[in-house]
Parts: sequence; structure tokens; C-alpha cells
Amino acid sequence: MAGILALLRNTWRGLTAMRTALVLLFLLALAALPGVLLPQYSLNSAKVEQYKAEHDVVGPWLDKLGFFNVFAAPWFAAIYLMLFVSLIGCLVPRTFEFAQQLRAEPTLTPRRLTRMPHYARAEVDADPDAVVAHAKERLRGWRVAVREEADGARTISAERGFLREAGNLVFHFSMMLLLVGLAAGKLYGYEGQVIVRADGSENRQWCNSGLFAYDSFRPGLRVDGTELSPFCVRVDGFQAKYLHTGQADVFHADLTYQDGAASLGNDPDAWRKYGLEVNSPLRVNGDRVYLLGHGYAPRFVVTFPDGQQRTGAVQWKPMDTTTLLSEGATKFDRPGVTDPEQRRKTQLAVTGLFAPTAGYDGTVLTSVFPMPNRPAVAVDVYVGDLGTDSGTPQSIFSIDRRMVDAGRLSKVARKNLELGQELTLDDGTRIRFDGVENWVSLQVSHDPAQEWVLVAAVLVLVGLGGSLLVKRRRLWLRAAPSGDADGTGRTVVEVGGLARTDQAGYGEEFTRLAGGLLAVGRPLAAPGGGRERQDVP
Amino acid sequence: MPINQTYAQYSDLSVVSAMAVYFLALLLHAAESAFGRQALKREAKLAAVAAGGGGTAVAERPAPPPPRERPLPERLGRMGVALTVLGALLHLASLVLRGLATSRVPWGNMYEYISAVCLAAVVAWLVMVRRHPVRQLGAFVLTPIGIMLFIAAKLLYAEAAPVVPALRSYWIVIHVSAAVIASGAFLVAGVISLLYVVKASNEANPKRFAGLAARLPESAALDKTAYRVSVFGFPLLTFGIIAGAVWAESAWGRYWGWDPKETVAFISWVIYAAYLHSRATAGWRGTRAAWVNVAGFAATVFNLFFVNLVTTGLHSYAGV
Ligand code: HEM
Repeated sequence: MAGILALLRNTWRGLTAMRTALVLLFLLALAALPGVLLPQYSLNSAKVEQYKAEHDVVGPWLDKLGFFNVFAAPWFAAIYLMLFVSLIGCLVPRTFEFAQQLRAEPTLTPRRLTRMPHYARAEVDADPDAVVAHAKERLRGWRVAVREEADGARTISAERGFLREAGNLVFHFSMMLLLVGLAAGKLYGYEGQVIVRADGSENRQWCNSGLFAYDSFRPGLRVDGTELSPFCVRVDGFQAKYLHTGQADVFHADLTYQDGAASLGNDPDAWRKYGLEVNSPLRVNGDRVYLLGHGYAPRFVVTFPDGQQRTGAVQWKPMDTTTLLSEGATKFDRPGVTDPEQRRKTQLAVTGLFAPTAGYDGTVLTSVFPMPNRPAVAVDVYVGDLGTDSGTPQSIFSIDRRMVDAGRLSKVARKNLELGQELTLDDGTRIRFDGVENWVSLQVSHDPAQEWVLVAAVLVLVGLGGSLLVKRRRLWLRAAPSGDADGTGRTVVEVGGLARTDQAGYGEEFTRLAGGLLAVGRPLAAPGGGRERQDVP
Repeated sequence: MPINQTYAQYSDLSVVSAMAVYFLALLLHAAESAFGRQALKREAKLAAVAAGGGGTAVAERPAPPPPRERPLPERLGRMGVALTVLGALLHLASLVLRGLATSRVPWGNMYEYISAVCLAAVVAWLVMVRRHPVRQLGAFVLTPIGIMLFIAAKLLYAEAAPVVPALRSYWIVIHVSAAVIASGAFLVAGVISLLYVVKASNEANPKRFAGLAARLPESAALDKTAYRVSVFGFPLLTFGIIAGAVWAESAWGRYWGWDPKETVAFISWVIYAAYLHSRATAGWRGTRAAWVNVAGFAATVFNLFFVNLVTTGLHSYAGV
């Protein structure tokens, strides 16, 4: 039993030793390194897959050990948790010590002040009491204790710079607060992305009403998607400008929004306007809405042989961020066909490439500029069974290749179309490239703890400032009646100084202070012995 | 906002002149170092002769006659510092002109950013020269800065251009300037700590690095200087990271996301925290602490080059 206790005590001592903290800090830095050197799931999972494919031996091992998800790996957590345990173990006793120091009297004046790193001496014609009174006046802002020694000398012990330790404690405690805030954000926050068409039609409002509203959603551990902050947005328009080099210049989305649990988009008077731009998210109801990106939705009008028309415009996915050459698939059901069997033979998809500003490499369509100056598409038209009835969800950006491979969906035409041009299928169906619409991708983020993290971060900074800028320093003064007592009230005044911290630079302040302290009465011997040594003996 | 090509050209001209002037300053410091060493050797020989040819170590030297003017090495060194000041002014002019040409802060791409960091390092160095007896280090400090500036201006050069919308925010002024100044300071501190390691090793065993160490100031002065610069840089780095987090919150939707640049900033920060700790830990003061500072230097350089050029994160500058 005693052995176990001793073991525990030693473990605790070891864990809270400064050296352990140091080692843990190194480990933390080291452990974060794979987060830069290796691809990470949280940043780009496609890159992780690629890396694993290229390194088929180590890849799976690295994956198992969490190296592609460093900041969620147990070993990473273990390091910082140990660091924080060490920190608590270190801080608690230091806080008590500090409280004691605050109450304690400044230490006795050492016998030999000449030994101090800073020292000055003078003989003056004021008596010790006058010297002490003068010094106390000068030492405003210092904690002082006046004492009398056996031989009649009077001493002052003065100390200053407690804010250093206070700052240090604030700094370390705020680090813990910061970690707590971070963790709370991971528990109760969420983040989701959604693509919204930017044409402002009434029925295209998007509401933060549940998981289903999102294209992708990352909930915190304590978020099940049922109690999202209620608000709705509608994107009325979108402008993107690019420099002639293709570099993005301005993105601006005209938003209308309303918040509130009651209406959730149904209150026609509650709409408000907001200009959404890259660095200015919409803050509504505790959530933030960001403009992440944009792209195009080519609009096709299909005129079936029986004269019926269908219009389709869905977002196509940008393949190249500088030219916005996009790919996608716009899918149609033949109108009026009710028999499922028949329907699965007549579904139609327009797939291929969209170029906002067309350039041709022979007949191959490319895009030369991201703005829709000369929109064109290069399409493959498929007819047959798209597989949408099978129940498995499919990408909105492509057709199901398996249907093609199974021979149930076949390509019936391939053509380049510019705006307004059309192609005709063998059965007389006409497909016109009718126009271009904008879409924007929005991100909604929620983190109830981020204000606390900010407060903690500011406290970290304030504490650090105190800890690094303030110097803990001591000063002692001894005023002793001079030996040759001829009754004229001669006094020998000695001043010694010691800076208790690593920071050099007490010297100047000491010289100034000592000069002031010694300037009392009429100097009898020129202030002597003034010298300065290194702060750290 | 259109680009003012005249300003842009003058900016390029100034940065090239600044590099030339830095190079001259470097040569002067190298000459100072070389002559200083010869003078030291001559003195040591004299002393050895005076002491009867016995010891090779520095014995009591005969007091040199009071110099009528400053000795040559010192004059060379002072000229080196003066030229460094001139170079810094030209360097500053190049950044200001870039800013005027593009109507934005002059750190919107890799070239400009590294150039600004180099300027911060030069200024940090000049401040140190004023405050501490470290002038002899001129050549050692100017070399890495010169190399970085050269790489920036020759290999990473980017035409003056506006920045992408994501960078259009007043936070680029706050966040990046803090990062620039802190990085500049850390570069100088790292070089000085490296030299501290050399000097301390020589003081422990005079055979080691004898040639190099003879040109260096006392190890205590080196340690103090490196510490001072790091302690100046650390709160700035902390502030820069916090400002970056605030900006990221409004630009990318989260205040922290372990983007490569964020991660390396975190690593640097932890290393510098370890450096400050190591100076308060028994058994770690001195050489070990200095190595920690050198590791911080390595992280800073890694952050400047590797992260921007090799990894793809949100931080990638346009038009590298
Ligand atoms: C979360 C990790 C930690 C970080 C980021 C951190 C950071 C810092 C920094 C930047 C300083 C410098 C301030 C100064 O020089 O006064 C400092 C000082 C200090 N830290 Fe920590 N620290 C951490 C954990 C710890 C732990 C676990 C302990 C105790 C074992 C500890 C004990 C100390 C002490 C005693 C000082 C004062 C050193 C001095 O007087 O110079 N720290 N810390």
C-alpha cells in the first residue's frame, strides 16, 4: 500500500516537474509534424487515398496508427492531456505560493549589500530617519518594509514586479480555458455545406431546418441535427469578376434572409438583405453563413417529338478553378410516360463539359476564362435507364456508368453547342443550350464556444505580456549613522539591487533609482561605489 | 484598381540595389572579421613572446597604446553597419513602392512576404547592434538573410498584381505584419543561438571551433541577445496567430482548422514556448536551450518556404 502511494507520489512529482513539461512540449511539436508532412483526411481525403495508393506498404499502417488524422489521434490527445495535467499540477502549488508571497513582507536586508549585482553608496548629512522618509517617498509603487537593526541602522527592503508571476499564472490558466473552449466547440458545433442557385426565385429559399437540407454536414459529437438554429436564406443574385489574368477579383452574392423559429421563411415581411462576400459572412441567429465558391448551371430546353418541353438546369461541377471549365449531367424524364418500364427506356441525360468562355483545341472544348463571356457546352446525350429508380443515391454531377456498361443506357449524340444552338436526336427530340445560371456554395457554421476561445486567447496574450515584460526586482537600502560621530548627523547610505528574473536591464532603472535615493541632504562624499554588474551573478 | 507600372519598376530596381548594398555590407563585415582575427593573432603572439614563449593562451597583454583613431577592423565593421542601414532603406523603399503600385499592403504573395520578413530581420539585427556588443556577427547574420532575399527576388518573383478576394481584408495588415516581424526577429535570434552553440563549445574546450570562435563575442552576450530577440518575437507570434484565427473565422468559416500553415505556426509556437521553459529548467540552460531556439529558426524557415511551396492549403499565395 505504502509502495503504491509512493509510486503515485513519484509519478505525480515526475509529471509536474518542469523538465517533464519541457519534454511534453517537444513531443507535442513533434507529434504535430505529420499533420503537415502527410495528407490529412480533414483537409483533403482524396489526397490521402492517393497517398495510400502510392505507398501500399506503409500507407495502411500509417492509416491505422492515425497519421492521416493526426489531430484526432489518441496519441496526440494523450500528449496534450498529459501536458495539461502537468500544467494543473504545476499551477496549483504555484498559485498558493504566489498568494503567500503577496502577503509576505519583503525579505530582510542582506548584511553585505556590496555583494549585490547592483550597488551604490553615499555619505549624506541627513540622519537615517530622514533618509528613510525620503526613500519611502521615492519608492512609491514598491512594496516596502522598514526595519531597524541592532546597531541603530535603518533599512528598507523593497520589492516590485509581482505582476510578472501574476501574468505567468494568467497565461497558463488561460491556456486551459482555451482548451476547454476548443473542446466545447467540437462537442456542440456543426458545419455544413450546401449549393444554392443564385436566381432568387421564391421557392428556392434554403432553410437551416435539419441535416437533410445540406449536401454535406459535419456535426459535433453532441449534435444530432434536430435543433439547428432556425433561419432561411435566398440568393437573389451573384456577381463574380476576374482580372484578365483569370485571377479572381470580386465575389458578391445578394442575399435575403430571415431568422426566427416561428416563421422559418414563411413571414414575407421578415426578409432582410445582406451582401455576402468572401471576408464578411452573414451572422444570423448564432450561426454564420459563408460564401465558399460558385459555379454554373447550364440550362437546357428539351423539346420532345410530341411537342412537349422540359427545361433543366442543375449545377455542374468546376473542374478547373481558374477557368471554371465544368462537368456535369442534367437529367430528364420524358413527360407523360407513366409506365415505369417505359420510363426506364426513355430517360435522357445531357452530360459533358461546360465552358464559360469557350476556346477550341480542334473540336475539343476548353475554357479560357472563368466569366460567362462565350458560354458553350460539349455534350454527350444518353438515352435509356439512368438508374434513378434503383434506390441507390447517385451523384448529381454524373450519370451512373454501370448503366452504360450494362447496355441499358446508351450514347445517342455528341456535339458542341454555343448559346442558343441545338441538336436533334434521331427520334426528333431537340435539345437546345438555352442559357446559363449561377450557383453559389454556402457554408453554415455554428460554434457556441468561439467567443470564449477568443476571450481565453486574449487573456493568454495579456498574461504573456505581463510575464515577459514585467521584471521582478528587489532593492534594499541601509542608512547607518557614520562611525566618526561628531554630532553632525552624518549617515552612510547603501543601496543594493537584485533582479530576480532572466531579463537583463535592471541596471539603468537601478542607477536612476539609487541616484534619487541618495540625493538626500547634502552629499558629503561624492556618491561613490556606484557600479553595475551583470544581473545574473 | 489598376497597377502603377512606374512604381512597380522602381520597386524592382530598389530591391536589386538593396541586395547589392547588403552584399557590400557583408563583404565589409567579413573583412572586419578577417582583419580582427589577424589582429587578435598578432596580439596573442606578442603576448606569448612577452610571457617567455610559454603559453599559447592569452596571457596578460601589454596594454596597447591608446589608439589615435579606431582600429581598422572596427572601422570596417562600422561601415558595414552603415551600409546595412542604407540597404534597409532601399529595401523599405522597394516594399513601399510595391504597396503604392498595387494600392495594397506589400505582402500579398510569396516574393513580397519573404522580402518583408528579410527587412524585418535586418531591422531586428540593426536594433541588436545598437544595444548589444554583437557587431562582429554581421557577416553571419547577413548571409542567410541575403540568400533568402535572393531566392525571393529571383526564383519566387511575382509581377505586381492585386490580391485575390480572400486576402482583401484589413486583417492582412494586422495578421501578416505581426507574422512578418516575428519571423524576422526569429531568424536573427536563431542565427545568434547557433553562434552561441559554437562559442560555448569553444569556451568549454578551446580546441573546438577555435578559428570561428575567435571572431565571436562572449557566449553570455550571445545568449542574452538571442533571448532578447526571441522574447520580443514570441508575443508577436502569439498575437499573429490569434489575429490569424480571428481572420480565419470570418474568411474560412472556422478559427482553427489545422491547415498546414496553421499547424506549422502552432509547432513554432510550441518550440518557442519550450525555449522559454528550457531557460527556466535546471540542466537545460545554455547550449540545450540554444538548440531549441535553433529548432525554432528551422521551423520559421520551413514555414516560409516548404509550407507555401510544397503543401496545398488555404494559405497558398496566388501567383507564387
Ligand atoms: C500548455 C503548455 C505550456 C505552455 C504553452 C507554456 C508556455 C510558457 C511560456 C511561454 C512561458 C514564458 C513566460 C516566462 O518566461 O515567464 C512559461 C513560463 C513558465 N512555465 Fe509554462 N507553459 C506550459 C506548460 C507548463 C507546465 C506544464 C509547467 C509546470 C510544470 C509550466 C511552468 C512554467 C514556469 C515555472 C514558468 C516560469 C519560467 C520563468 O520564470 O522564466 N508551464 N510557460
